[in-house]
Amino acid sequence: MSSYLEFLSRHADQLVNGTAITLAQFVLSALVAITLAVIAGLLTLAPSRPLKAVATVYIEIFRGTSLLVQLYWIYFVLPLMGLELPKFVAGFVTVGACFGAYGAELVRGAVLSVPKGQWEAALALNMSPAKRMRRIILPQALAIMLPPWGNMMVEILKGTALVALISVADLMFMSRQINGTTYQSAQAFGTALIIYYVFARFLVTPLMRWLERAMARRLGRA
Amino acid sequence: MFDWQWDFTWSILPRLIEATGKTLLAAGGGYLVALVLGLILALAQRTPWKPLTLVVRELVEFIRSTPLLLQVFFIYYVGPQIGLRLSPWTAGLTAIGLHYAAYLSEVYRGGIESIGKGQWEAARAINMSTAATYRRIIIPQALPPSIAGMGNYLVGIFKDTPMLSVIGVGELMHTANTIGAENYRYLEPYTLVGLIFLAISLPAAWLVRRFEAATRRRLGLSK
Repeated sequence: MSSYLEFLSRHADQLVNGTAITLAQFVLSALVAITLAVIAGLLTLAPSRPLKAVATVYIEIFRGTSLLVQLYWIYFVLPLMGLELPKFVAGFVTVGACFGAYGAELVRGAVLSVPKGQWEAALALNMSPAKRMRRIILPQALAIMLPPWGNMMVEILKGTALVALISVADLMFMSRQINGTTYQSAQAFGTALIIYYVFARFLVTPLMRWLERAMARRLGRA
Repeated sequence: MFDWQWDFTWSILPRLIEATGKTLLAAGGGYLVALVLGLILALAQRTPWKPLTLVVRELVEFIRSTPLLLQVFFIYYVGPQIGLRLSPWTAGLTAIGLHYAAYLSEVYRGGIESIGKGQWEAARAINMSTAATYRRIIIPQALPPSIAGMGNYLVGIFKDTPMLSVIGVGELMHTANTIGAENYRYLEPYTLVGLIFLAISLPAAWLVRRFEAATRRRLGLSK
């Protein structure tokens, strides 16, 4: 036990820095994912066929391939086509784009499951389509899709671990580095596992539950 | 496209196709491990002994909320320290199998819990043992509604196999990395890997959806 505490104090800097990078990657990835999910999810419901096609192609490509393949492609192949992203940016953009595609299906499903009467009532009140979406449909769709988004957030957190493979110095990267210099694999990888677990179980999940309850209260359903 | 070389593409295609076989093997092998371990994790949460339920429940949460990549490294590097020298394939299949077992155990649990109490009581009334009740009454009924979830995780496990490349499992991603390093060309190998994944997972996902619809129809859940 005391040798483990010694291990922790010796590598505290690396672990803390890695955790900070992981958190930054997580927050930025989540923002990208939410934005893309809402845009693509709504576009799949748009009346315009070309827009619908663009959204569908995006969703199928990102859902049909692996996150790791996407990451390597965006980081190593895109520069050959003239678009060079720094690794930190490539990391959260790819993770966000990948989970945004999964999220788009959640957005689409939730919007479609808002009862028909709500659409008709908004129409009867002469609301414009944009206003109807913003004031009537989206708030209710949000309450419907929040529970699956809770799982999605944990998946995004886990997904950020892959950015270590393009050398973003996140928690995963640091644990590998510690393992490489000390050969204390159980301590290095075990500590990282525990940190990810604590974040997912005691930070991300409770936060999403709280959001669910807050949302239900605002809609007068709690 | 930019500087795409077709002769290079054709020259590396056979190697990538061969590696696709290994990717499918890894996905299939990992899935088998997950199917069996998942059932054990699900049943372990249904014993009358509460502490076991709590421990297994937390274990499942732990596996589900930590990155697979990290679990792959953990198993591959910590194994030898406790005397288990695992080959990349064994470590990889164990890690991916264990990871998806946690997800599948939730699918099984949902299926088992959806079976009405009356079924248990009827089995008890005709003096069936618990094991026989599970085997002959509960699992056959719990399986059909779980099919969709199980199918989705099969596609999921296939898409997660590239993570095994980091410990040297010679699947698609690993092969593409090797080709790229040998030739200093990454455009074709990485793009082809993406296309191969699309070519397999899109039809697979479509099949799962059709299979799900067919099962629901057969069970009378929808028209």
